[in-house]
Amino acid sequence: MEWTRRDLIDLQDLSKEEIELVLETAKSFREVSTRDVKKVPALRGKTIVMLFFEPSTRTRISFELAAKRLSADTINIAASSSSLSKGESILDMAKNVEAMNIDMIVVRHKSSGVPKILAEGLKSSIVNAGDGCRSHPTQALLDMFTIKEKFGRIEGLNIAIVGDILHSRVARSNIWGLTTMGANVTLCGPSTLMPPGIERLGVTVSYNLDEVIPKMDVLMLLRLQKERQEDKFLPSIREYAKVFGVNREKLKKAKKDILIMHPGPTNRGVELSADIADSEYSVILDQVTNGVAIRMAILYLLSGKKGAE
Amino acid sequence: MQEGCRSAGTHACLPPACRRSRDRQVRACAPAFLLPGGIKDTMSLLIKNATIVNADGISDGAQDILLDKGKIAKIGKSLRSDSAKVIDADGKLAFPGLIDIHVHFREPGREDKETVETGSMAAAKGGFTTVMCMPNTCPVIDNAMLVEGIFEEAKRVGLTNVIPIGAITRGQRDEELVDMFELKEAGCLALSDDGKSVNNSRMMRLAMEYAKMVDLLLIEHCQDHLLTSCGVMNEGYQSTVLGLKGDPGVAEAVIIGRDIELAHYLKTKVHIAHVSLKRSVELVRWAKAQGIQVTAEACPHHFTLTDESVKSFNTNFKVNPPLRTAEDVAAIKEGLKDGTIDCIVTDHAPHTQEDKEVGFDNAPFGMIGLETSVGLTITELVDKKILSWPQMADRMSAAPARIVGLKGKGVLAEGQDADVTLIDPNKEWVVRKEEIVSKSKNSPFIGRTLKGKVFVTIYNGKIVYRDA
Repeated sequence: MEWTRRDLIDLQDLSKEEIELVLETAKSFREVSTRDVKKVPALRGKTIVMLFFEPSTRTRISFELAAKRLSADTINIAASSSSLSKGESILDMAKNVEAMNIDMIVVRHKSSGVPKILAEGLKSSIVNAGDGCRSHPTQALLDMFTIKEKFGRIEGLNIAIVGDILHSRVARSNIWGLTTMGANVTLCGPSTLMPPGIERLGVTVSYNLDEVIPKMDVLMLLRLQKERQEDKFLPSIREYAKVFGVNREKLKKAKKDILIMHPGPTNRGVELSADIADSEYSVILDQVTNGVAIRMAILYLLSGKKGAE
Repeated sequence: MQEGCRSAGTHACLPPACRRSRDRQVRACAPAFLLPGGIKDTMSLLIKNATIVNADGISDGAQDILLDKGKIAKIGKSLRSDSAKVIDADGKLAFPGLIDIHVHFREPGREDKETVETGSMAAAKGGFTTVMCMPNTCPVIDNAMLVEGIFEEAKRVGLTNVIPIGAITRGQRDEELVDMFELKEAGCLALSDDGKSVNNSRMMRLAMEYAKMVDLLLIEHCQDHLLTSCGVMNEGYQSTVLGLKGDPGVAEAVIIGRDIELAHYLKTKVHIAHVSLKRSVELVRWAKAQGIQVTAEACPHHFTLTDESVKSFNTNFKVNPPLRTAEDVAAIKEGLKDGTIDCIVTDHAPHTQEDKEVGFDNAPFGMIGLETSVGLTITELVDKKILSWPQMADRMSAAPARIVGLKGKGVLAEGQDADVTLIDPNKEWVVRKEEIVSKSKNSPFIGRTLKGKVFVTIYNGKIVYRDA
């Protein structure tokens, strides 16, 4: 299996073999982060720009650490949307950045499709660090890495993604990735936050978490944005926590080795209770650790394609 | 067309310094480009050997058409004239000048996107001899002075008959009615708050009652804004996959339903703008069967494209109402065929590249359409046997003239206005960005091959466009 991509925009595009290659590559990079000297020279002399149009702490830090551990030079641009309101288009701005001879752009934007537009308009490698409600490929890859680490496989596992599916790019990327890898994916959340036609992606939709839990190997909980309540999608956070929140009581009927995952940051007491977040089921911190390894793997693989066009 | 949640951004006026940014050079060049060969305005024209297409049928063999003093003087075989300039129209179809009752010319306020002049050029090139421009400009066209300003500028340009549509509510704010008698007096035939619905149902009721008395047509952009809730594309499988906010079709259907009921209750008429949905077609069909005075229009992009196009994230596919599904496209074609949808309009909505290149969520709604309408109608409807040639003449000229009450237009017959569109029905051509004469180039059809092209456009007895 040879990596031939220049950009990582969406997991929808990736084959099973490509995903496996990323996970394999990440495995060797995971070891690097445990050394005393946490650095390899793989991307020495490369410049990677973190172009974040939307605030982010952990994803940005994770990418930055990954780049630095590969010896690349990094620059952070926290571009507020105001810097674009002077009539400059997103593509114009990115072209200006690219003109300084950079090799890769890691981009996050609140509008779906922006990384794709940049990939089509620029020569540098584009890595999608999250766009709108559409895609967050490195998050899904690190989730898959974590699942595989615990179970040794992804195929055949029953995995539920729980919460606000409508607004979740994490859910969409995981749906594409997990179904490609052969997992059985169930979506569970309030009907007002379930996007139309989602069943066509080969998933099962349920509105009853209690019925779902006993069959599951993995529960992937999504952060409930407080704005959703302000937008009146839900009667109350209280009711959401009661019906769709996970706590020890609800896990009584779960399999013994069930994994609880969360892309963070968590709302303790809403999508999961505090004791569960810190419980033996939780792999939330493993996800964060693995995130660096996955991002190292992605930056490494994409850099091989630099200048290929 | 347009107006979304970010309307403040997308419709904001330019700073005053930029406002009167009309390109004087275009002004000087345009008539030269559009009146090739030094044709004198006063000259009469003799069109030789054209096949005449009217809504009620096709002429028996090729005919000659003599145009004189702004009227169609004579139609017949082997006409002669010593003074007339002759146009050889062998193999061409002569339509009554095409009429588009839904365009946006952006003047006043956003002359960087389009002006009455550049819009008229696009209309002439597209075969349109009458266009009606929407009032969602800046300021909104809601008083006689602004209406007269548009008429005056259109007359100066002289490439097509531009009739401004006035707003229904002052400033399109949905709060109080415009002075309708004054707008009627200034020359308006129709009013619309296009860009958005008259969302306040009581306001719409009052508008319909009052407009009936004044004898003005109301054109309603049907969309319940609370339901649309900032959607940027059709709500459905595609919006789910693309992670873009969906605009549910039901937002259109509920307002159409409301307006049909109001028209029924008030025993008056209403015209439904840019129908995009199967359900909407069904509602209009039902209403017509009930004898309710409702008419409707549809746009070429809504009978050509589906929401699948959005996956390119090309913002030229962002339009309001949004591109729907294949099922809706089929229903719109069916509606145009059986007459449920009375006419074809472009909803020509120019936007600059800078305004469009800001990501799908933030880009303004709309696409240009005047220069591709004939090609798309022939390619998608006539060539595919959905419309006959006479039906095309009806949907693009006779019906719109009838709906808005245009006198002397819509029929190619002796005594009518000398507005004629000559079409080469077999010419295949590729839509090219550099050939677009509209000031904005936001067409999703760039690169597409179309069949059927405007050969010559004659407005008011003068050649205003000739295919190179």
